[in-house]
Amino acid sequence: MSAALEPKPPRAVAAVAAIAVNTFREAIRDRILYLLLAFSLLLIAASRLLSFITVGDEEKIVKDLGLSAIAVFGVLTSVFVGVSLVFKEIEKKTLYTLLASPIRRWHFVAGKYLGFMTVLAINVSLMTAALFLVLLARGEAPWMLVPAVVLTLVQLALVTAFAVLFSSFTNPVLSALGTLSVYVVGHLSWSFDLLKKRLPLGAGRRLCDVAHSLLPSLDRLDVKMHAVHGLPLPDGYVLFGICYGVCYSVVVLVLACCVFERRGFA
Amino acid sequence: MTSTGTVVEPVVHIAGLTKSFRGHLGIGRHTAVEDLGLTVGPGEIFGLLGPNGAGKTTTLKMIVGLLRPDRGTVRLFGKPPTDVAARARIGFLPENPYFYDYLTAEEFLDFYARLHGVGAGARRKKVEATLERVGLGGSARTALRKFSKGMIQRLGLAQATLHEPSLAILDEPMSGLDPVGRREVRDLILSLRESGRSVFFSSHILQDVEMICDRVAILAGGRLRAVGRLDTLVSRRILWFEVSVAGPIPASIPGERMSSSGGESLLRVAGVEALRRVLTEVPLSGAQVTAVWPRRETLEDLFLREVAPEKPQPVGRGAGS
Repeated sequence: MSAALEPKPPRAVAAVAAIAVNTFREAIRDRILYLLLAFSLLLIAASRLLSFITVGDEEKIVKDLGLSAIAVFGVLTSVFVGVSLVFKEIEKKTLYTLLASPIRRWHFVAGKYLGFMTVLAINVSLMTAALFLVLLARGEAPWMLVPAVVLTLVQLALVTAFAVLFSSFTNPVLSALGTLSVYVVGHLSWSFDLLKKRLPLGAGRRLCDVAHSLLPSLDRLDVKMHAVHGLPLPDGYVLFGICYGVCYSVVVLVLACCVFERRGFA
Repeated sequence: MTSTGTVVEPVVHIAGLTKSFRGHLGIGRHTAVEDLGLTVGPGEIFGLLGPNGAGKTTTLKMIVGLLRPDRGTVRLFGKPPTDVAARARIGFLPENPYFYDYLTAEEFLDFYARLHGVGAGARRKKVEATLERVGLGGSARTALRKFSKGMIQRLGLAQATLHEPSLAILDEPMSGLDPVGRREVRDLILSLRESGRSVFFSSHILQDVEMICDRVAILAGGRLRAVGRLDTLVSRRILWFEVSVAGPIPASIPGERMSSSGGESLLRVAGVEALRRVLTEVPLSGAQVTAVWPRRETLEDLFLREVAPEKPQPVGRGAGS
């Protein structure tokens, strides 16, 4: 065979896109995803009903419930579908033919992540649209909620990156536990500052500093209260949050790629 | 080297390949492949034989880059398997393949065509032609979850050959197929050779290997036992004759009685002289010689001879390694 006719490896973008499209197809043909989406849409639709039977400002209750539903169901999707993204390919050995193809291992990790993030973004968009419809039906402007929804998606991007990292070297149960732990600890990162103040000077305080700077500050990306109560956010806060989330996710994914690169598949 | 003096680069070159795995609970190590060396030339069908646990799958996984060897080197077209340019020229079918069951056959091959850099224009035609070639043209839009094992195996072969690779690496391609399916796979492998491509496959179905391979290697306990052309490894001389005799056989007739049923006996007769005596004396005793088969050495004899010294043991972690 002449060199001109020799098969050429695909470009990185084409390889990542092919895997992302396949991951997207896989996710949208998974019934669990529809179940989670249906539950969340139902909850958002029912939030108006709940606002009647709850003491407090109806508008705030609808907004609070709606945004919480988006966050909770988004995280559940991210954890329970996300942790099996890489593991399922290893377990079912579909990975063998993929990695024997002329693609690099990081193409696989990036493709899986981007494909799944597309699914999450569509899910969040659908849930947001449902919430906006409920608010518009009440004659309320929903646009104040946009920053909160965008930063929720950033949180999901970060959590999914951890799900991919964990699933590149361990089983789905441990991956789910690890990812959920990151989510919970990430939302309590403010407590490291509190703990630091109560500790004497020394190693304990330094450990708090290290933990605080290494773990994702998901609480800073949670601006639901601002959105619900109409409180203003500092200038550039959303943009900073997006940059922080993207950079953090990239670092976690690079780590996942490094782990995956070293793995053998016996 | 060719007759014109040009050096022909092997498509696969393995030297000193060694791979071991941790034992249960991380205690000890099992050596799956030890100091393996072999080459596969262009346009050659090379069969890797061995009992279960011989190290065949582990070897193939190291060749395609799924496993990293502890020691030794693997070169595909002169490049390491980590080089995507080398992997662009191979097609791989793993043992007992499982594919994305939520895809249709058409979507599945389209996905692999993309991974092999087949352009949008050529992809559709290539997918259709490949499905036709493996006899799945009528199932293009069927979800893979509805495919039988034989259909999955054929789809796996379609995936491995879709991009017209210079080398097809097939792990137990005839496994689980009925005789018709095995025949189709054999024909496909032969057609690959006819188009100038190389095929490196593992199998423990000796009959298939004997029918189509140019060269074979026998692996047992992770070590190479024999490698070479079939006609040099297997002697074609007659070892003995099997003679079928109808009626009672006199005690004076030479040969060992192998079996007897329905008044017919099977004799094992060593050498032409003894056969001549059988053919002369049996009719005189009132019995009748109904058939004579010369028994030559087969690949099975060679295989059993090479594998017998070492009892097969599970050395790898892969199902068929």
